[in-house]
Amino acid sequence: MSVLVNKNSKVIVQGFTGSEGSFHASQMLEYGTNVVGGVTPGKGGTQHLEQPVFNTVADAVKETGADVSIIFVPAAFAADAIMEAADAGIKVIICITEGIPVNDMIYAKKYVRAKAGVTLIGPNCPGVITPEEAKVGIMPGFIFKKGRVGIVSKSGTLTYEAADQIVKAGLGVSTAIGIGGDPIIGTSTKEAVELLMADNETDAIVMIGEIGGTYETDAARWIKETGNKKPVIGFIAGQTAPPGRRMGHAGAIIGGADDTAAAKMKVMRECGLHVVESPANIGDTVAKALGKVLA
Amino acid sequence: MNVHEYQGKEILKKYGVKIGEGIVADTPEQAVEAAKKLTELTGANIWVVKAQIHAGGRGKGKIKGTEYRGVMVAKSLDEVKQKAEQILGGTLITIQTGAEGKLVSKVLVAADVYYPGASQPKELYLSILLDRGTGQNVIIASTEGGMDIEEVAHNTPDKLFKEWVNPLVGLQAFQARKIAFKLGLAGNALKEMVTFITKIYRAYEESDAAMIEINPVLKTSDDQILAVDCKMSIDDNALYRHPDLAAYRDITEEDPLEVEAGESNLNYVKLDGNVGCMVNGAGLAMATMDVIKLSGGEPANFLDVGGGANAKTVEAGFRIILKDPNVKAILINIFGGIVRCDRVANGVVEAYKAIGNIPVPIIVRLQGTNAEEGVRIINESGLKVKSAVVLKDAAKLVSEAIS
Repeated sequence: MSVLVNKNSKVIVQGFTGSEGSFHASQMLEYGTNVVGGVTPGKGGTQHLEQPVFNTVADAVKETGADVSIIFVPAAFAADAIMEAADAGIKVIICITEGIPVNDMIYAKKYVRAKAGVTLIGPNCPGVITPEEAKVGIMPGFIFKKGRVGIVSKSGTLTYEAADQIVKAGLGVSTAIGIGGDPIIGTSTKEAVELLMADNETDAIVMIGEIGGTYETDAARWIKETGNKKPVIGFIAGQTAPPGRRMGHAGAIIGGADDTAAAKMKVMRECGLHVVESPANIGDTVAKALGKVLA
Repeated sequence: MNVHEYQGKEILKKYGVKIGEGIVADTPEQAVEAAKKLTELTGANIWVVKAQIHAGGRGKGKIKGTEYRGVMVAKSLDEVKQKAEQILGGTLITIQTGAEGKLVSKVLVAADVYYPGASQPKELYLSILLDRGTGQNVIIASTEGGMDIEEVAHNTPDKLFKEWVNPLVGLQAFQARKIAFKLGLAGNALKEMVTFITKIYRAYEESDAAMIEINPVLKTSDDQILAVDCKMSIDDNALYRHPDLAAYRDITEEDPLEVEAGESNLNYVKLDGNVGCMVNGAGLAMATMDVIKLSGGEPANFLDVGGGANAKTVEAGFRIILKDPNVKAILINIFGGIVRCDRVANGVVEAYKAIGNIPVPIIVRLQGTNAEEGVRIINESGLKVKSAVVLKDAAKLVSEAIS
């Protein structure tokens, strides 16, 4: 059944007619994603990429029955776009926008959490892909061959790297969830792992994290507490990052002794995860872990 | 973006937070004038001369080649001049600056607030920052002011108090009271602390601060609550809506190479190793640094060229990396998604030719969209560039290049 998005998802694009929104919407359509329209305030009633444009998310939902939204709105207005989507009844909100002020996200996250059954993915993420069904993001679709390995990752290109290695190891991807690299993200590593643990089309999970915060250790502890039901292969980027320096992502900064790569990997190992030291060995380790399960 | 102590205090003052009064000075003469003015304003006849750099530990830090501290007390105007002379133009080394230290070009002359009175002055601690786990801001307070707060958290966690702020209703008065009582305050000091916390939280929110740390907060001998120090940083993503705060940026505090990289829209962080790297995407860039380490090298930098890796960005990246004399090899790792590898390869070749003879071996790993075409371009270019497709091979090439 895959998670978050599938061939039945009805996707709208917020920031549809902008350059980013246009480019990636056409890529998603080409992939076969069921994009049913988009939102650009003031351009309602027109057509773009042969799809209807609406002034508000509420109008789009009413007319198209959309349940998934992907957001390309500029940073200054993106938190507002997230809340508009949640208010209009969108169930899965995927925010690609990078550089949203933390203060705005504090409110937006709280707002989304107050609505039952709404999931926010991102911001500052590559999106979500269920291969051969729906690509709701900016990832290159051809790398993701269909299979039974789920991916949860804070980073975009590192997700592609992992998917590529998984495919080269003769396996494939069920759903890849890019959760984003900001200090405040809608769905934590643990919550994304929970979704894949419950998915009957996922046999193993690759969990890719970074220095900073406690998302990966929280996930590792939950995986152990719930009995390590599926093999989880973990990698933390930033083993060589110095404390106190922000490594690209706003969230990737070592604050104390607990959020270094080494400390996180230690906890992951103690919780029974297959920890990969080198990012070059993700694919091999997944194959080995699944081999053990199958044997 | 970090701001200086004196700038942070200016921000706090605008929100009505009581601070230990001070005036910033560029020269010893200005420092003396500042001290005189402070005497007029506050009656103080003892002053503290404080180096203004973006790093903590100034009080214990020393000016390079001397025994002078970064924060010194002056008991006369002559001493103010003397201390300012000792600090200004010197290089201050603290536990947070690294061995190279930081050049001091400004001092803050502050009125002494540890004057004797009805009760003993008491140093407390207060900070506000984001708790990523709950997605809320948290106020952290402690009775152990003036100490390293990480040590307090480790050794005496019971002396640290936290109060989370629900964003939908904001900071409530009872929360400020709770903290003030836990800090052991009573009477006027308690009232003052409630006001202090309320106003400082407002300053934090309205200026889009990423962190405010006041260590120490002083309860004076006459029961006032004052910010004696102020460490503050502003959320870079929110600077667009605070032009007044953006003007506080002091680029002399930043690494010149990082400033240059920023101008080319590259995200660069200088490190101490011997293998330079250029990567698309922050996570993959960190992972590439890890690969370098596991191959026996040490990363010389973090460099994310972002989604638009082309000849121009690659050239700018090369030039910045090559300015670091420690670099013995460069690894370019591009996973082409939207970025096409053949274009990146052409960019590498063009950049290489534009720069001329690059003295260190270059390893280019291209994977993803049009990777094979990209590798062909690199291999047929006739340049001394080695190419790889899978990350393992790139790691091997790095290992060979530096051994």
